[in-house]
Amino acid sequence: MENKKLYSVAATFDDPNKIMIAADKVSDAGYKKYDVNTPFPLHGMDDAMKLPPSKIGYFTITFGLTGTSLILFFIWWITSVDYPQVIGGKPFFGIPAFIPVTFEATVLLAAIGSALTLIIYFFKFPNNSHPLHDTEYMNAVSSDEYGIYIEAQDEKFDLEGVKSLFNSLGAKKIHEIYYEEEFLTQKFSLFDKKFIIGLVVIAIFTSFSAYMHLNKLLYITPFNWMVEQPKVSAQQASTFFADGFGMRTPAEGTVARGFIPYAFTGKPEEAGKYLSNPLEANERNIDLGKRKYLTFCSPCHGNYGNGESRLNGQFPNGPTLHSDKIVNWPDGQLYHVISEGQNVMPGYSKQATRDERWAIVLYVRTLQRAMNAKESDLK
Amino acid sequence: MSSHTPHYEIKNLPANVSKWGFGLLGVGLVLAVLGFTMDHNNSVRLSYASLIAFMFLMSIGLGSLFLVALEYIAGAVWSLPFRRIAETLSLLVLVAPIFAIPVLMNMHHMYEWTNLEVVAKDNVLSAKAPYLNINFFYARFIGIIAVLGIFYWAFTRNSLKQDITGDQKLTKANVRLSALFLPLFAIGLTMLSIDFMMSLEPHWFSTIYGVYYFAGSFWAGISVIAFIAVNMNAKGMLGSWVNKNHFYSLGGFMFAFTAFWTYIAFSQFMLIWYANLPEETFWFIPRMSGGWSLVSISLIVFHFIVPFFLLIQKNSKTNPSRLKSVAVLIVFVHILDLYWLTYPSYSKHLAHTAHDMTKSQLEAIITTPVFGFLELGFIALALGVLITVFNMGAKGKNMIPLKDPKLQRAIDFHL
Repeated sequence: MENKKLYSVAATFDDPNKIMIAADKVSDAGYKKYDVNTPFPLHGMDDAMKLPPSKIGYFTITFGLTGTSLILFFIWWITSVDYPQVIGGKPFFGIPAFIPVTFEATVLLAAIGSALTLIIYFFKFPNNSHPLHDTEYMNAVSSDEYGIYIEAQDEKFDLEGVKSLFNSLGAKKIHEIYYEEEFLTQKFSLFDKKFIIGLVVIAIFTSFSAYMHLNKLLYITPFNWMVEQPKVSAQQASTFFADGFGMRTPAEGTVARGFIPYAFTGKPEEAGKYLSNPLEANERNIDLGKRKYLTFCSPCHGNYGNGESRLNGQFPNGPTLHSDKIVNWPDGQLYHVISEGQNVMPGYSKQATRDERWAIVLYVRTLQRAMNAKESDLK
Repeated sequence: MSSHTPHYEIKNLPANVSKWGFGLLGVGLVLAVLGFTMDHNNSVRLSYASLIAFMFLMSIGLGSLFLVALEYIAGAVWSLPFRRIAETLSLLVLVAPIFAIPVLMNMHHMYEWTNLEVVAKDNVLSAKAPYLNINFFYARFIGIIAVLGIFYWAFTRNSLKQDITGDQKLTKANVRLSALFLPLFAIGLTMLSIDFMMSLEPHWFSTIYGVYYFAGSFWAGISVIAFIAVNMNAKGMLGSWVNKNHFYSLGGFMFAFTAFWTYIAFSQFMLIWYANLPEETFWFIPRMSGGWSLVSISLIVFHFIVPFFLLIQKNSKTNPSRLKSVAVLIVFVHILDLYWLTYPSYSKHLAHTAHDMTKSQLEAIITTPVFGFLELGFIALALGVLITVFNMGAKGKNMIPLKDPKLQRAIDFHL
């Protein structure tokens, strides 16, 4: 017993009314360092112990409002700064659509924040050893008895006085709780064997359940109902339409939005005669043309349009774009060849939009000018 | 958990309560007559103002009756000291229909679906005609008031009888009655709100409308109860043991229904806003433009933000005088909510009956809220009726159900 110190004197009662009166009397007697342990929450205990109102609410509202503002900032940044996209004709930052998400984030952060505050701030987290652990008293109050204890550290503490107070209150049993110095100073270690094993077990369990969930469970009826829907997918036959086709053609005489029909199919000279480049030769358009040229044209014609490409020798060589013939072509004819193709070259009207093809024309003209730069361009 | 027999004696409400009641009635009458004559005896506007008063008083009556039934069926203990107040206020479901008389007299100018020629030409209205026709409307109205009246009578009769006989079977009878009453209440309240307010714009529909009116009604109902309870407790009329735990529970309910109303109102708005279908959005568009948008914004601020952040504080629920001021705010905001629900239709009516107007002038009429002495007068009249009915109903009555079997638990009630 020589290295054991008295932590507290505790008393157990077998009636919730008695513990209420006991808490009331102990706080009246002026003790500060005492606490009550009951197997379930007792309504009115806060008043009996004369506790000040809990401060957890302030943490909850702070975390909640943090969640509100973070998610609103996040949504605003995504939808109207980083990746603005028109959805359903609504404004980029259409708040009503995002209120449910904001609410969820508020509640989530408030709940997690409160739980973490409780554990870290109020329960003083890494300190996981307490003298009351593994005592007869703790066993009793966590099953069917109601306990109160007064710490030996309390200013008014006096062993005999406390015992007689508890006796006068009708205590069922009085416990003296001792602890060892090392026990209290024992710190939580990250490399504790039990802790590491615990982590490994949790990791194995979560990976296994995630694997089962994502690879097996989702493909069992009824969870696969989302996968197999009675809709008609692309290229599938349909029993609904008379012609049996699942994919429909556009109504006669309609033109897709943003699409301009091309009038010069198979007539390059006429295209050269009647078409002119609608794009302005500014930095933005030339830059667009450069990107599209490097994507679609450079594999054959080379990065500089001189036909020296990485496909040389493996495929019919792309001709140079600096020949007199091509330099003298009008813009419209160049555009026609890009759109429709010529000889081995396929048309690129499916890959590049109309504006992008005109931008390529701009860039090809830029390359041609660069190959035949005049003295005055160098100034 | 001390137990002692409650000491209670019947006290009369202070004399200034009846002064307030009759004073508000007088002021309301003067203002209403003044407003009526100033607007060239405009009986349609009078009916709209009366509709607000009617729906407001029904709100308080329905909310109180609901609290009584809820207490019985849930076996609630905390609300026991407030039950007599709720029972007394429930009488409003029988008094409020007085304010429906002007509405019924002017139905042809207020409700488009009463006009058979218009209905015959209109596909939507003729499809709705099996429900929206005058005979069925009257049948529903009388049926709803009759059912509410019968249950009001049965609840209060059993409750008051128990004060004398102490018979516990009466509590059981009321529990059975509540189980019967609650589904009827839900149907009746939904029909009432649809008939009198939603059918002002018969082409519009919202399946959540009844719940919306219920959320606001119960919110305002418990706020009136809280206001009365705080005042009566300060005068020692609720016995000596009603404490902050009981008031905290009442305030908690007010807080919960602040959030519930917002949830319902927002659900109604968001679906319509997102789907953006012309047959639904036309109800919101006038409310979101011009002067009406200010009313809408003040609803968001005073129906949600202000009461939410006031009631989230523990102090507002346990401190009686603060609870009382929040309750007053809530009652007035509920009236504003009813105004917002009904009066845009009056603006529309003005635009329909106007002659020789340009399109932008008509637009301006539709988006401008109409408010004047007439509306103020009817609000004062409604409050006057509320106070007078309570004052008369509470006379000579135990304000605590003294022989209720749950009384001891209500006294010991602790958070």
